[in-house]
Amino acid sequence: MGTTPVLKVEGITKSFGGVQALKGVSLDIAPGEIHCLAGENGSGKSTLIKIISGVYEPDAGIIEVSGRRFSHLTPKEAINLGIQVIYQDFSVFPNLSVMENLALNSELMDNRKIMNYKRARQIATQAVTQIGMDIDLDERVENLSVADKQLIAISRALLQNAKLIIMDEPTSALTKREVKALFDVIKKLQTRGLSILFVSHKLDEVFEISERYTILRSGEKVANGSTGELDRKTFAYYMTGREFADEKYVAKNIGKVPVLSVKELTLEGAYSNISFDLAAGEIVAITGLLGSGRTELVETLFGILKPDSGEIAIKGKRLRIKNVKTAIRSGIGYVPVDRLTEGLFLPQSVERNLIVSILDRLSARLGFLRRNALAETTTKWIKELSIATKDPELPVLALSGGNQQKVVLARWLATDLSILILNGPTMGVDIGAKYDIHSLMRKLASNGLAIIIVSDDLPEVLACSSRILVMRDGVFVKELDPAKTTESMLSELSTGIA
Amino acid sequence: MISLRRMTKRSEPYVFAVIVALSLLIQARSGQFFSGNNLVDLTRSLIVPAMFSIGCMMVIVSGGIDVSFPAIASLAMFVTDKVLLASNYSGNVLLAYAMSAGLGLLMGALNGFLIGFLRLPTLVVTLGTSSLYTGLMYGAFAASASDVPPSIANHGKEILFTATNASTGLTSNMPIHIFILIGALILAFFILRYTMLGRGIYAIGGDEIAAERAGFNVRGIKMFLYSFVGLLAGITGIVRISMMSYADPSTMLSMDMTVIAAVVLGGTRVTGGVGTLIGTVLGITLMTMLSNSLILIGIPTYWARAFTGAVIIIGTGVTAHQTFSSRRRRSQMQKAKA
Repeated sequence: MGTTPVLKVEGITKSFGGVQALKGVSLDIAPGEIHCLAGENGSGKSTLIKIISGVYEPDAGIIEVSGRRFSHLTPKEAINLGIQVIYQDFSVFPNLSVMENLALNSELMDNRKIMNYKRARQIATQAVTQIGMDIDLDERVENLSVADKQLIAISRALLQNAKLIIMDEPTSALTKREVKALFDVIKKLQTRGLSILFVSHKLDEVFEISERYTILRSGEKVANGSTGELDRKTFAYYMTGREFADEKYVAKNIGKVPVLSVKELTLEGAYSNISFDLAAGEIVAITGLLGSGRTELVETLFGILKPDSGEIAIKGKRLRIKNVKTAIRSGIGYVPVDRLTEGLFLPQSVERNLIVSILDRLSARLGFLRRNALAETTTKWIKELSIATKDPELPVLALSGGNQQKVVLARWLATDLSILILNGPTMGVDIGAKYDIHSLMRKLASNGLAIIIVSDDLPEVLACSSRILVMRDGVFVKELDPAKTTESMLSELSTGIA
Repeated sequence: MISLRRMTKRSEPYVFAVIVALSLLIQARSGQFFSGNNLVDLTRSLIVPAMFSIGCMMVIVSGGIDVSFPAIASLAMFVTDKVLLASNYSGNVLLAYAMSAGLGLLMGALNGFLIGFLRLPTLVVTLGTSSLYTGLMYGAFAASASDVPPSIANHGKEILFTATNASTGLTSNMPIHIFILIGALILAFFILRYTMLGRGIYAIGGDEIAAERAGFNVRGIKMFLYSFVGLLAGITGIVRISMMSYADPSTMLSMDMTVIAAVVLGGTRVTGGVGTLIGTVLGITLMTMLSNSLILIGIPTYWARAFTGAVIIIGTGVTAHQTFSSRRRRSQMQKAKA
C-alpha cells in the first residue's frame, strides 16, 4: 500500500474500575477503505469507538491520525481531525426541521450565537446534494423514516470535512431495501476517498460491504485480515470462541393430526387466502419481506388482529380466536419482533418476568403467591435454557439481547404450550446466543412442540425449519423443503426479483 | 413557507377556532362580548398569566417543567415592596422593577443550578423551591396584604386609554403594562427563534444527549432558562401589585396549574421540543375568556372551572389525537412503500 493510514491505533488499553475493556488493541484503516469492526456485545467495540472519537482517554496506546500521533484525543480534536461518529440512535433532533438538524452542528462548531436561517438553508442544501438526497428541508425529522434519519446523520457528518466516518451498527433498524440503499451511499463515499469504519455483528453485511475486518473478543483483537478470506464458520468462531456445527432441523416425530390448521384466512390489506397446516414436531418458517403480511398473519393467529374471513382450527376443532386470552388458553404462545417493548417488563426482575404467565398456578388460596414454588420454577427455567444471569432478582434490562429472548421463551414454555410462534426469533442478538436459540428451537420441536418462525434471516430459516412458506404481497407464493433450497432461491422468491 | 398540510397539523388554528366560536356564542347570548370595555377587561386580566406563560412555555419546550414561578413572583415582589415601603422610597418605579427582577433572577438561578449542574429532576426541584420561597415569604417575612409605595401605585394608574360601554356606561382602563407584556413577548420570540441559545432550548427538548454531542452547552442553557423564568416572574410580580394597587402575597400563588394548562392547550408538547409563543398567547386568551366572560352569559363562576377542565381535556385530546393519527398514517405509508 505505502499510503499513510487515515487511522492507526496501537496497543490501546482501557479499564473501568478494574474491568479491562480493551487489552492492547490495534487497528489501521487506509484512505478510502471500508473496514469492519466486529464483535459480540461487551467485546469492547463501543469502548474503542469512544476512544477514537475522543470520548474516553485510553490508559495506554497510541492513536495516529493521518500520520499525526496522539496519546489521546478530545471530542473536538477528533472532529477537527475529520473523525465523525454516526451513533446508533443517529443523534438527531426529532422536533427540529431537516434544515436545522443539518446546520446546527456546523454553526456550533463555528461558535455562532445568532441563528441565520438563510445560511442554514445554504448549509443544508449543500449537505443533501453531496449525497444526492432528495428531501423537504422544512420537514420535521420525526416524520422521516429511519433510513432518512440516518442519511441526515451521514450528510451532517460530511459537512464537517470528515475523513473517517465511524458507523455504529448502522443497519440494526433498517429494512433490507434500506440497507441496500445505505450500502450504495457508503460506496459512493468510498469513491470520494472517505474511509468507513463499519461496526456490525452481522456476517452478511461484513462480507458484502467491507474489504478488511478486525474482530474483537473480550477486549482483545482476535483476528484481522481481508474479508475475502473469511467464511461463515471462522467468523462465528472468532466472534464467540466457540465452534458451531452447521446443523439443520430434521423433523422426526411429526404428529399425524395437525395442531393448527388455517383455511383461506384473509385480512383485507394485509394477507389473503392463507391456508396451511402445522403438526407437532414441525418448525414452519414463514419468510418474506417487511410488509409482506407475515407479521399481520401471525398476529391474527395470536388473537391481536381479527381476520375478515377464513377458518382457524386448533387440534381439529374450529375456533374463533377473539383475543389474546383465547389464543393463550388454546395453547398458543407468541414472541413478538419487538420483544423489548411488547414482550418483556424490562425494569422488572428476571423472576417476575418468568412467572407472570403462570401466576394462577403458583398462587395459593386468596391469590397469595407460594414463594417456594416461585423460586423453584425460576431456577428450573434459568437452568433449562441456560439464561446467563447472576441473580433472578436482577432486572431483565441488565441482560444481553440473547438472554432476554430466552426469558421470553421460558415464560411461554412454562405454560401448557402446544404452538409457539416466534417473530424474528434472533433479531438483534449475538451470534453465540443465536446458535443457542436455534438449537433450543430444534430441541423443543423434537420434544413435540409445534413452532412457527417468522424471519427474513435466510440462513436461520434454512437451519431451523422443516418447511418454508414464502410470503409475498399478502399471499403464500411457494412452499419449500429446506433441504432442497438455497439462500438465493429464497431471496428471489421473497423479493420477486431474479 | 408553511404549507396548508403542515398548518392543519398544528394546534394553533384549532385553539383560534375555539376562541372565535366561544366569543361568537357569548356575543350571541349576551350582546356584550365585543363591547369595548369587555375586550379591555379581558386583555387586562390576561397580562399577568400571559407574562408567566412565556417562561413556562420555554421551560416545557426544553423538556422540563417549572411550578415555582408564582412563588418566585410573590416573594420577589413582596420583599421589594417591604424594602421600598420601609425606606420611604418615592422615586421612579423602575427601581422596583429592577429589584424584583433581580431577586427573581437569583431565585430562578437556584433552580437552574440544581437542574443544570446537579441534574436533579425539574418537577422535584421546582416543587421544592416553590415551597421554600412560599415558606420564606410567610415565615421569615411574615407576609400579609400590605400597601404599595406611591411610585408603584401611581404606575398602576397610568392608563393607555379608557373604553366605555355604550349601552351600560361601564368603563374599563387599558393599563400601560400591556407594553411590558408585548416587550417580553418580543424578547422571548427573538431569543427562541434567532439565537443559538433559543435553538438550543428546542434541541434539548428534542434530545438532550444529541444536543450535548452537537456541542450545545446544555448546563449553561438550563442555567439561563430557569434564571430567565425567575427574572420574568419578578417583573410580573410588580406588574401585578401595581395593577392592583396593593400587595397581596397570595394573589398569584395558585396560578401555576392554569398557566401550565394554557401553555399545553396552546400546542406546546408536554414531552418537550415543540411549542410556539403564538400558541401560548392563544391558550392564555382562551383560558382567560373562560374564567372572565362566561359570566356574561349567566354561567356562574364555579361552572367556569368545570368548563375550563373540559376545554383542557378536549384541547389536549385534539393535539394527542392528531399526533396519534399522523403517526398511524405514517406507518401505513411506510408499509405501503415496503
